[in-house]
Amino acid sequence: MANRPAGTLYRGKVGMWSWVLHRITGVAIFFFLLVHVLDTALIRIDPAGYDAVMATYKTWYIGLGETGLVAAILFHALNGVRIILIDFWRKGAKFQNVMFWVVIGLAILLFAGFAPRHLINVFSHI
Amino acid sequence: MSVIIESPRSRKRSGFNLEKYGWMYMRLSGVLLIILIFGHLFANLMVGDGIHAINFAFVAGKWADPFWQVWDVTMLVLALIHGTNGMRTLVNDYAEREWIRRTLVWLLWITCVTLIVVGILALTTFDPCGDQASLDLLAKDGANVAALCAAH
Repeated sequence: MANRPAGTLYRGKVGMWSWVLHRITGVAIFFFLLVHVLDTALIRIDPAGYDAVMATYKTWYIGLGETGLVAAILFHALNGVRIILIDFWRKGAKFQNVMFWVVIGLAILLFAGFAPRHLINVFSHI
Repeated sequence: MSVIIESPRSRKRSGFNLEKYGWMYMRLSGVLLIILIFGHLFANLMVGDGIHAINFAFVAGKWADPFWQVWDVTMLVLALIHGTNGMRTLVNDYAEREWIRRTLVWLLWITCVTLIVVGILALTTFDPCGDQASLDLLAKDGANVAALCAAH
């Protein structure tokens, strides 16, 4: 084990898992974006149809999905800042490990601000 | 016998490096998208009734304001290109056959351009006061129809 590489940015540990999470959340957000542009564009050709689609966005199960989507967006956004700092900040690579946990901490904090508000909106109208 | 030292293999590249600009785009658009999407989520999901307030009249109200029109179009363009370029990176990494990789990358950009055009057309040609059915729906959704249509 003595020769096991350690401290590289993308191999093993936090560096690798943040990269994996960044990809997974990115793909999830991308596919939501495709749907979201289409459902919003529907308003131009069928206003009543738009309201019908929005009604499905207000169900409890899609509401839970929205909560997950925002969690994914929060991680992807904050970890994106971490990546920028690794690339452009002189000490970025040195602190990438700490910055990952700052990302997680901030994401949890922002999520704690969002989730109760959204879930109350979702579940108080069922 | 002398040792032959080859000249360095990395040539100095001249000219336009598209991948470099792609790399820069991801970071630049990423920063802007944090502002745009966080603002979008706050205005649509955190204020008032959140998701339950969103309907035809809600969007008609927002798009009566040039501020949100510019906000939404900028977000649309930046996000779709950011997402498509990110997906292109994944396709380049994971598609093993060249023709599959090429096809998927083409599909991604076609989808991207199509959705940008569809989104911009939907927003710029949007007229919530254009016909009676729309006006009825605005009233049903609880909008102040006179004020809203004066703004559009």
